Amino acid sequence: MGRYILRRLLQLIPVFIGTTFIIYSLVWAIPGNPFAGLCGPRGCPPAFIDQMTEQYNLDQPLPVQYVLYLGQLFQGNFGETFNGIEVGTLIQQAYPVTLKLATIALIFEAIIGIAAGILTALRGKGFVDNLVLAATLFLIAVPVFVSGFVIQVVFGVQLEWMEPSVGADPGIGQLIVPGLVLGSLSMAYIARLTRTAMFENKRADYIRTATAKGLTPRRVVSVHMLRNSLIPVITFIGTDFGALMGGAIVTEGVFNIHGIGGLVFSAIQGQEGITVTGVVTLLVLVYLLMNLLVDILYAALDPRIRYD
Amino acid sequence: MRKRRMVAPVAASLSAALLAAGCGGGGGGVTEATGTLEDPITVQWGEPQSELVPTNSNDTFGSQVFNPMFTGLVEYDPNTFEARNAMAESIERADDKKTYTVELKEGWKFHDGEEVTSDNFVRAWNYAAYAPNGQQQANMFKRIQGYDEVHPADPDGDGPKKPPEPSAEKMSGLKVVDDHTFEITLKQPFTVFPEKLGYQTFVPLPESFFEDKEGFAENPIGNGPYEFESRSPSQSLTLTRYEDYKGADAGNADAVKLVVYEKAQTAYQDLKSDNLDVINTIPTSAQADGRWKEELGDRAISKDRMGLTTLSLPLYEEKFQNPDLRKAISLAIDRQQIVETVFNGSATAADGWTAPSMPGRTDGTCGQWCEYDPAKAKEYLEKAGGFDGQMTLSYNADGAHKQWMTAVAGSIRDTLGIDVGTNGVPTFSTFQDKMDNQEMSGPYRYGWVADYPTPRTFLNPLYTTSGSANYTGYSNEEFDNMIGRADRAATVDEANELYGKAEKQLAEDMPSAPLFTQTVKGARSDRLAEGTLNTRTNVAITSLKVAEPTQ
Repeated sequence: MGRYILRRLLQLIPVFIGTTFIIYSLVWAIPGNPFAGLCGPRGCPPAFIDQMTEQYNLDQPLPVQYVLYLGQLFQGNFGETFNGIEVGTLIQQAYPVTLKLATIALIFEAIIGIAAGILTALRGKGFVDNLVLAATLFLIAVPVFVSGFVIQVVFGVQLEWMEPSVGADPGIGQLIVPGLVLGSLSMAYIARLTRTAMFENKRADYIRTATAKGLTPRRVVSVHMLRNSLIPVITFIGTDFGALMGGAIVTEGVFNIHGIGGLVFSAIQGQEGITVTGVVTLLVLVYLLMNLLVDILYAALDPRIRYD
Repeated sequence: MRKRRMVAPVAASLSAALLAAGCGGGGGGVTEATGTLEDPITVQWGEPQSELVPTNSNDTFGSQVFNPMFTGLVEYDPNTFEARNAMAESIERADDKKTYTVELKEGWKFHDGEEVTSDNFVRAWNYAAYAPNGQQQANMFKRIQGYDEVHPADPDGDGPKKPPEPSAEKMSGLKVVDDHTFEITLKQPFTVFPEKLGYQTFVPLPESFFEDKEGFAENPIGNGPYEFESRSPSQSLTLTRYEDYKGADAGNADAVKLVVYEKAQTAYQDLKSDNLDVINTIPTSAQADGRWKEELGDRAISKDRMGLTTLSLPLYEEKFQNPDLRKAISLAIDRQQIVETVFNGSATAADGWTAPSMPGRTDGTCGQWCEYDPAKAKEYLEKAGGFDGQMTLSYNADGAHKQWMTAVAGSIRDTLGIDVGTNGVPTFSTFQDKMDNQEMSGPYRYGWVADYPTPRTFLNPLYTTSGSANYTGYSNEEFDNMIGRADRAATVDEANELYGKAEKQLAEDMPSAPLFTQTVKGARSDRLAEGTLNTRTNVAITSLKVAEPTQ
């Protein structure tokens, strides 16, 4: 097990170098001068462009630029945005917010989704099953910006139960509604995934054996059936958490949450390669670690899976 | 079995590490106090594109910070845009028409306690103009004697050749006489120069800026009615009132927080539920049928904007070199209908090349060429020999331009009977780059906002041969001479009249078709008794006044 993890961690290194290089070259490969739009319709004086070009090493060939960037990165320096702010500071500010939001969304979608899945699978066909199916279909069909916007207008502006937007340095309480909106789509998927997996396992031999052994139904469901049914669900939740950590541009925009998604989006728009590369590098690492975590959880859930 | 048992702890610690930062933070509280540092007045804002140094910034979000934080020699009225002396006691012009003696008011201090003296102005201006400092606003100083020595022109523009090294560090035209007097000598007479001095670049900078420039950008120190309190990059910036401010327009609210909004729609919803105090954009969806005015009532703010949108024509393209074709395009645009249908009347159709409420402007310089006249448009198209192929109108797709550009394209297509399409360039940056490099293949949108209150602010940079924002490639010696004559006029009024005459030359050549000026639109919350925007769409921070609490 230890060796397996070590091997996986070592694999992160080439992936890390590869992705950062691709992202770095892609962002700077966007045609046009990244500084051209900085000075408004007046345009920038050549002296300003020269100075910025030098500051960001853009006069060097791409591989040299990349090595210089990487050198800075290994010293813990993420570089500076065009308006002179440390990218490290921006990430430090945005990441906790995104993490909070993603965690809230994940907890919602996992608890409600799995509960709904179990409920419908155990009850079998009937009113509850139809209700959950219709509800999940509805959630899948409605885009997040619609649900977010409707909730904002109805609960924020008309009923005034909550503030329409979140703003800087939000607390857990303020993020619950955006988290719910963000998690709603995945919640529907999890409910359906759990339901299907449970249905399949319900008729499996080992369940019949467990029941025949005389185990209590509670134990059959929670230990035998659920544990096996959760494998695909865990995979989904793991990758979904990785995706949520990448920020939720739409939800963040609607509720004015200053998270990672908005940061990357505006950086791409402004062609700020330094910011994009810094943030996306972190995202790649999070994704890889989430995948590792999911794989390890497999072993915990399924006794047939061994790593060595 | 040993291996199995490792699984759970490893999984647990990995997940704990990932979730750890998710905890912490508290809920926001509600307080009764208003306009104080605990519960500041909140204003819609966006992340500035450049660092917070007035000479190295040229975007509206940066100006939103500098306007209340700095006071120059002259300031502009937020309502009429007229210039009046602020830090200057007097600005006297000598008989040679190009030397100005500036007397400063005494007793003014920067927010860190340093007294504002002539030296602060002269050093700041020299710093801004000196080429190796690479300041965005350097060319605002090009009228001053000695600018060419500190900022030699690049022989081939953006080309590969490096400009020569500057031969001096300071402009010879700036001379400190004593602590509160200094002299400005210009290269040539320039009558409206004092009007120009209210622009944000001409502010004084404190000693602390020259000691530690990076520290200054993080914690700027000015001499204006509001001082910098704190900033969370890409989230918010808080200003507090500077108690020792000596100027007339000192402000009322104790603390103002500028909050970054990614979406105008969200800011609008926040304003409606009093979660935000001032907005300076109205989302397109709320503008439809003038809905925002109904929803906001007397909280809506609407006023004249000192800007103009034109359809600029690439004169460097062979197809657009015939003035008759350019006139045909202008005649074919039904401005009035676009103003009414696309903007619901919240815009003014252009009748010249300056903003409609610009101080000192001459009205109607575009005359018949800006009136919609299908018959004459066709006649001029024929005179120009028709138009082959598709005419593509370009705009930057990251602004709200698609709708009206489509309307303009439709108007030209229907009137002239030629193939007209639109092309949305993804970002303003790419769009600007295309203009810089003269790569526009057809007409394109161009927006310009006045920097200072005389028609010259539109005419000189955009249409003179050496203009800093002349992207159309227009060059007419007669026009240049007329602007030059106006620059040397005896009085400001006379100068403005001459600028108006020069503008009429543009009607002959039509380097761009003036389209319209959108009004400045915004709104304030119930918490504010007063509050307005300035003519450049920034929120006038000193105008914000908290309403008396009602029992």
